[in-house]
Amino acid sequence: MNQAKNFTKGFIRENPVFILMLGLCPALGTTTSAFNGLGMGLATMFVVIMSNIVVSLIKNFVPNKVRIPCYIVIIASFVTIVDLVMAGYMPALHEQLGLFIPLIVVNCFVLGRAEAFASKNTLISSIIDGSGMGLGFTLALTLLGAAREIFGSYALFGFQFIPADGMLVFILAPGAFIALGYLIALANKLNK
Amino acid sequence: MEYIIIVLSAILVNNIVLAQFLGLCPFFGVSNKISTAAGMGGAVMFVMTIAAIVTYMISHFILIPFDLIYLRTITYILVISSLVQMVEIILKKVSPPLYQALGIFLPLMTTNCAILGVAILVIQQEHTLMSGVVFAIAHAIGFTLALVILAGIREQLELVNVPRGMQGNPIILIAAGLLALAFMGFAGIV
Repeated sequence: MNQAKNFTKGFIRENPVFILMLGLCPALGTTTSAFNGLGMGLATMFVVIMSNIVVSLIKNFVPNKVRIPCYIVIIASFVTIVDLVMAGYMPALHEQLGLFIPLIVVNCFVLGRAEAFASKNTLISSIIDGSGMGLGFTLALTLLGAAREIFGSYALFGFQFIPADGMLVFILAPGAFIALGYLIALANKLNK
Repeated sequence: MEYIIIVLSAILVNNIVLAQFLGLCPFFGVSNKISTAAGMGGAVMFVMTIAAIVTYMISHFILIPFDLIYLRTITYILVISSLVQMVEIILKKVSPPLYQALGIFLPLMTTNCAILGVAILVIQQEHTLMSGVVFAIAHAIGFTLALVILAGIREQLELVNVPRGMQGNPIILIAAGLLALAFMGFAGIV
C-alpha cells in the first residue's frame, strides 16, 4: 500500500469524525474551545498510535476469539497512562476534559483502528495509519473547537478579537451539534 | 425528595445524550425507527443498572480499600464487557423472548460510552448504592427519551425536501441540536 496515501487518508477522505462519524462523544463533549479540542485530540492520538503498535506486534499470538477483550485491555492501559500523566502535568486541562479522558477507552474510533487496520497490517503501516488517523481526529476536534470558540466567545486559542460577549449557544450543548452538522456538510462538499 | 431531584435532573436537565454527550454512537446509529430506538433504550437500561451496581461494589469493596483506584478504567471496562457477555448468555437461557427483543443491541453495549460514563459518574459524585441505582435508571430513561424523540424526528425527516448539501448526517445533527436547545428550557426546574 502507498504509505503517503495511508497517512493522509484520515485528514479528509476517511476523517473519523466528519466522514465516518466515529468518536463523536469526545468530539462534541470537549470542544468548547480550540485548545481543549487540541488537547483531547492529542491524547486520543497518543492512545491510537501506541495501541496500533502493540496490536500489530501481538497480532500473530492472540487467538481470534479473545482478540477484542485483549485489544480493550491494551487500549485501557494506555488510557490510564494518559490519564495519570495529564493529571500530574496538566491539571487544568485534565479538569476541563474530565470524564472524557477515561472514556477514550470506549471511543469506537480507537478500537476500530486496532480491529480494522493494526490487526491485519505490518508494524510500520500501523504506526503510519495511527498517526494519520490520529492527526485527522485532532484536526477535526481543533476545527470544531475553533468554530465554537470563534462564534461563542469571539476568540481563538484564548485570543479575543472582538471585545464583546459571543453567541453563548455555541459554547453550550446545542451549539456543538449544530456546528458539527455544518462542518460535516462542508467536509462532504470538499470530498466530492 | 432527594431521589426526585436526581431523577428530574438526569432525565430533563442534564440529559445524558443532549447535555452530557455520552452514548452518541447509538444515538445516531440506531435512531432510524422508533421501535429499534425503544429496544436499544430497554437494553441500555438493563445493562446500565447492573453495571452501576457491580462497579459500585468493586469500587467500594476492592479498589478503595486496597488503594487501587488508578486501575479504575481497566477494571471497569473489563467488568462491563464480561457483564454484557454474561447477561447475553443468561437471557438466552432464561428469557428467550427478551433476548430476541434486545437482539444485536446487547453486544454493542460494550462500546457504549454511556454505560462506562454512568459507572464512573456514580463513583465520582459519591452516591450511595441506592441513589446510585436511581441515578443509573434515571439516566437510562433520559437516554431512551432522547433516542425515541430523535427517531420520531428522523421518521418525519424522510418525508421532507432537505437541501442537497445538508442531506444525511448534517441535517440529523442540526435536528439533534434543536432538540438539545429545547431540553435547555428545563434548566430552571431543579
